[in-house]
Amino acid sequence: MSRPKTVIIRYTALNRVNHWITAICFVLLTLSGLAMFHPMLFFFSELFGGGQWMRAAHPWIGILLLLSYIGLIIQFWRENLPNKDDAAWMDSMKYVVTNDEEHVPPVGRNNAGQKLVFWSMTLLIPVLFFSGILMWEVYFGAATSIPVQRVAVLIHSLAAIAAIIVWVVHVYAAIWIRNSVRAMTQGYVTPGWAWRHHRKWLWELASGQHGKNVIRKRP
Amino acid sequence: MSDLQSQDYIRRSASTMTPPSARNHEEEVAKLIDVSRCIGCKACQSACMEWNDLRPEIGHFEGSYQNPADLGPSVWTLMKFAEYENEQGNLEWLIRKDGCMHCEDPGCLKACPARGAIVQYANGIVDFISDKCIGCGYCVKGCPFDIPRISKTDHKSYKCTLCSDRVSVGLEPACVKACPTGAIMFGSKTDMKHWAGERIDELKSRGFDKAGLYDPQEVGGTHVMYVLHHADKPSLYSGLPDKPRISPVVSAWKGVIKPLALIGIGLAALAGFFHSVTVGPNEVTEEDEVEGERALREKENTP
Amino acid sequence: MTNTWQDIKNANLVIVMGGNAAEAHPCGFKWVIEAKIENGAKLVVVDPRFTRTASVADYYAPIRPGTDIAFLNGLIRYLLEKDAIQHEYVRAYTNAGLIVKDGFAFNEGLFSGYNEEKHSYDKSSWDYEFDQDGFAKSDDTWQNPRCVINLLKEHVSRYTPDMVSRICGTPQDKYLHICELVAATAAPDKAMTSLFALGWTQHSVGAQNIRTMAMIQLLLGNIGVAGGGMNALRGHSNIQGLTDIGLLSNLMPGYLNLPNEKETSFDEYMKTKLYKPLRPGQTSYWQNYRKFVVSLQKAIYGDAATQDNNWAYDWLPKLDVPLYDIIKAFEMMNSGQINGYICQGFNPLQAFPDRGKIRRGLSKLKFLVTMDPLDTETSRFWQDFGPQNPAKSAEIQTEVFQLPTTCFAEENGSLVNSARWLQWHWKAADGPGQAMSDIWIMTGLFHRLRDLYRKEGGAFADPLLNLTWKYTDPNNPDPEELSKEMNGRALADLTDATSGAVTKGGTLLDGFAQLRDDGTTASGCWIFAGSFTEKGNQMARRDATDPREQGIAPNWAWAWPANRRILYNRASADPDGKPWNPAKPIISWNGMRWVGIDVPDYGPTVKPSDGVGPFIMNAEGLGRLFARDQMADGPFPEHYEPMESPAANVLHPKVSANPVARVFSDDRAAFGTPEHFPYVATTYRLTEHFHYWTKHALINAILQPEEFIEIGEVLAKEKGIEQGGWVKVSSKRGEVVCKAYVTKRIKPLAVDGKPTHVIGVPIHWGFTGQARKGYGANTLTPSVGDANTQTPEFKAFLVNVEKTTAPAA
Repeated sequence: MSRPKTVIIRYTALNRVNHWITAICFVLLTLSGLAMFHPMLFFFSELFGGGQWMRAAHPWIGILLLLSYIGLIIQFWRENLPNKDDAAWMDSMKYVVTNDEEHVPPVGRNNAGQKLVFWSMTLLIPVLFFSGILMWEVYFGAATSIPVQRVAVLIHSLAAIAAIIVWVVHVYAAIWIRNSVRAMTQGYVTPGWAWRHHRKWLWELASGQHGKNVIRKRP
Repeated sequence: MSDLQSQDYIRRSASTMTPPSARNHEEEVAKLIDVSRCIGCKACQSACMEWNDLRPEIGHFEGSYQNPADLGPSVWTLMKFAEYENEQGNLEWLIRKDGCMHCEDPGCLKACPARGAIVQYANGIVDFISDKCIGCGYCVKGCPFDIPRISKTDHKSYKCTLCSDRVSVGLEPACVKACPTGAIMFGSKTDMKHWAGERIDELKSRGFDKAGLYDPQEVGGTHVMYVLHHADKPSLYSGLPDKPRISPVVSAWKGVIKPLALIGIGLAALAGFFHSVTVGPNEVTEEDEVEGERALREKENTP
Repeated sequence: MTNTWQDIKNANLVIVMGGNAAEAHPCGFKWVIEAKIENGAKLVVVDPRFTRTASVADYYAPIRPGTDIAFLNGLIRYLLEKDAIQHEYVRAYTNAGLIVKDGFAFNEGLFSGYNEEKHSYDKSSWDYEFDQDGFAKSDDTWQNPRCVINLLKEHVSRYTPDMVSRICGTPQDKYLHICELVAATAAPDKAMTSLFALGWTQHSVGAQNIRTMAMIQLLLGNIGVAGGGMNALRGHSNIQGLTDIGLLSNLMPGYLNLPNEKETSFDEYMKTKLYKPLRPGQTSYWQNYRKFVVSLQKAIYGDAATQDNNWAYDWLPKLDVPLYDIIKAFEMMNSGQINGYICQGFNPLQAFPDRGKIRRGLSKLKFLVTMDPLDTETSRFWQDFGPQNPAKSAEIQTEVFQLPTTCFAEENGSLVNSARWLQWHWKAADGPGQAMSDIWIMTGLFHRLRDLYRKEGGAFADPLLNLTWKYTDPNNPDPEELSKEMNGRALADLTDATSGAVTKGGTLLDGFAQLRDDGTTASGCWIFAGSFTEKGNQMARRDATDPREQGIAPNWAWAWPANRRILYNRASADPDGKPWNPAKPIISWNGMRWVGIDVPDYGPTVKPSDGVGPFIMNAEGLGRLFARDQMADGPFPEHYEPMESPAANVLHPKVSANPVARVFSDDRAAFGTPEHFPYVATTYRLTEHFHYWTKHALINAILQPEEFIEIGEVLAKEKGIEQGGWVKVSSKRGEVVCKAYVTKRIKPLAVDGKPTHVIGVPIHWGFTGQARKGYGANTLTPSVGDANTQTPEFKAFLVNVEKTTAPAA
């Protein structure tokens, strides 16, 4: 594809850095978490320099993830507030999955699926954090009773699995909806991308609701 | 303890492979603790410290003869003392040597995520292989008897090894050797159950109608068993679980959820993959670009 | 012990009273468990606290500290009333039928002959009626009201179950149940063993506590039989050896009496020792006393002890008081009469009563020499350790020499266990640092002192200058050499009068029967004769073969006397020589001689028909229900309250405590009264520690790290004391600040209707060693001893207890 002449800034540099810190943390936590969750995946521990390092690092990465994700929440919570378009979008899910976007009602900056990913993580990451604290043997091993810790472990596992599934959906969606990844790497999308996937957002941009800077001409 | 015994493993934590099974003629062992003969002298505790070179810190008096106050990374066995007034109003001082029960179905091993950090030998001993331990504390959560303790210095989990090093060369565990009244016996599980039967008959003849053997079947039996005068109420003995079993929470966590989770994640990934090869990518078309540019321009031109 | 540890397994009833065998003797206690399991024995525990022994007992009853005699006299009353005694045994083997002098009486708590000024008895009335031949009169029908058995019956008649319960606080039903269990062992084939220790000895009536049970055992026919006996469980591995070898101020080796100042000549001394038989045909083994003393003198002085100098009798010290016990020694230190002290293997600052007085005494010394493997409190008495030892070093002028010694594992030697076995042990390691053996140190002292006397002279140097010292290495005698010296050897060829066998001069003796009073034998401790013979070191034997599996392995080590394992074993058989209990015989008469699994405590060929009594060390050959003049405080035991008691003696309020206990005036002034110190305290040991030694050992310190007291829930609640909280326990002599163990195991006792609380004070913590610092139980205890032995009254005294906060570090 030829180099677009007009680009729309979808994610600022701060957005992107924050996202990728979160993403790296999430991937590391997924690898180490799965290693400690399922024997077949214990070999992931070698990526961390062995089980002891992995066990030691996991909770600290978890703290980082929480902090990082709080950054994302601050930056993105407004645009992920639900609105009436979300229901319409959900109703036309069968058109969404078949790439038949002509039959999908126009949506704003984020569609309901993206909002679901955002809010799922907003729920799951704190759950993971607090249940994780309870099972953090080194510092909190004696803080709660063993039955409480057992429940914490169970909740942590279930929440992690849910988060991983959400993450899989998120990653696949990013690959499936072409040029979405570029939005999170280089920060911009083309007017055509916006027209196709977030038409209302494009109209908003065009009407200047989001300021002048987001639309840039390129020589 | 030592990898020399690896051919004796019948279970290994976080491993699904069939263990070596050539050596199939090993006898299951058991330690029998006859609390009715125990005088709480703590010779077992000191023998354990001596043999295993364990020296916990000198603690404080904490309102009981129980010292150190709790099991710990350097306290693998502990005498627990319970003052109990029976139905007749008479006092009984129930003294129990606490430590790893060496379950036939060990909750610690089930919970352990580190490959081979917890093993069970064909003789029934459950052993922690320290160099493989990652210090996560899952064994603590898996154990129905509240036994393993994680060291704050080396982040390894520790508990009684049933002196697997001694047993493997034909010796009895150190505590058994040191016990002055023969309250701790060691031998094949069959012999120990037989001997326990004699002891229970004797106790019944002395009026302990509820005397019995503590070999809880909920964990498949244990390789450390107690002769109790009140086998109907094990919890009288400083909280020995009446019905010990691996917590259903742990069973769920290390049972059904484990495969379901991987299946769930795998299905999500596969769904994506097949969506990709059937529906394919959702690409922006030239028309979209034109429309997009147009939309921008139209608005720009509108005052 | 009259019997052995292993023999406990033969008992049908084990009574632990005045001791806590499981706690203090856990290894030996295995035989109690064995008795329970293999012999169906019942275990009965009588103790102020529910102890570790009680935790495995079949029956437990509480008792107020210091009231054991009331309990046991009541038991005698019960046995006599129910006629639950072994008649044939009592008739034939005890002095039940002997007739007591008319002058003997007991009134209002006092026996005849009491001298109020001297606090002692003229014991001349405490004896039998004698006939013209000097033999004690008897009435085998027991019809004569002056028969011992009838006087005893009368004496104990006051100890009704109600009275026992009033004094002891033991619930009557529990007391009676124990009486019943004990009475069942009167059957000839049933035996009860009595296991006791410091719980009986450490009272102002300590010796009588033990004697009362001994009388019960005689009445039940339980002395001399398998599974019976009076079994003192000794508190140190070699404390039996200490008494055997005469390390008491009034004894010489082998329980020979040190002369007193009235015995100015050897003949005078011997006059009171040669116990002539008091019944026709009796043995009275002490008739050999002279042989033992002469052989001892030959061992000490060698060639210098001759017929002409009366075997060096004049060189022996002569006592001016009954004994110089430790309480007296510290009294003398405090009054400036003793100003130098060699303290060998002893830690009096921790071990003897009224710690403040001990510290004051040590502070007045010119010099103190301590010899110990450990850094004892005594050797640091002068140093400020905070509230646990608030010494003002600058004010103390005592020069202290601390000599580190090796311990038992660092030297060869023998230990005598409770069962009187001399067991050889071998050095396992060299001592650390500059530690030297006690023998080396004492030898060095001896040489230097002797040299000083030789050079400078001095008053009465003979005993020191004439000591024989023929050791291979005169500077460090070998333990084997010393053992041979104690065993003894022939100094000339000896010809046996009956067999004609000749023992060559210079050879080691086979037994004390070979000892002579003509200077041809030497033996350092006659009861040890036979322990190291020409056949070798008998103490080093390790053959555990037990022919009848009855707990007698004759070739394991060596037991005094004469390798005899069960004392008075003649009494295990009936007068005709047939075992009372055919299932567990010890010896029996086969028509020619006495045979069995043990060495007969009797002439080996003395026929049953000769009528020689089985108690051959007694002049009448009989077990004594009436002690004659052997006890300071009466021929019958009587309940006296402890010196500090919460209640007056309900039997005779005017003579409440032991009237013949020796109390120094400053000590009496330091006795508290119940209005200020309302609770009864008792001290004791815990399994985790050995006295004041193991607090120096890391593992023991881990297992029982910190000083505490035990207090019942009722009193704790009353005083607002929490589990594990800090308390101040005080007596008139001092205070201990430590933690409280609030326990169900001590319950208030109803003493004469009033609730009486008991405080338990374990003894193990001091200010040196690895365990946490403690004040020491002896801070609280009264400085008074048993009227016979001066063993301190650690087991019953008064304290107050209050809630407090942790002491300043």
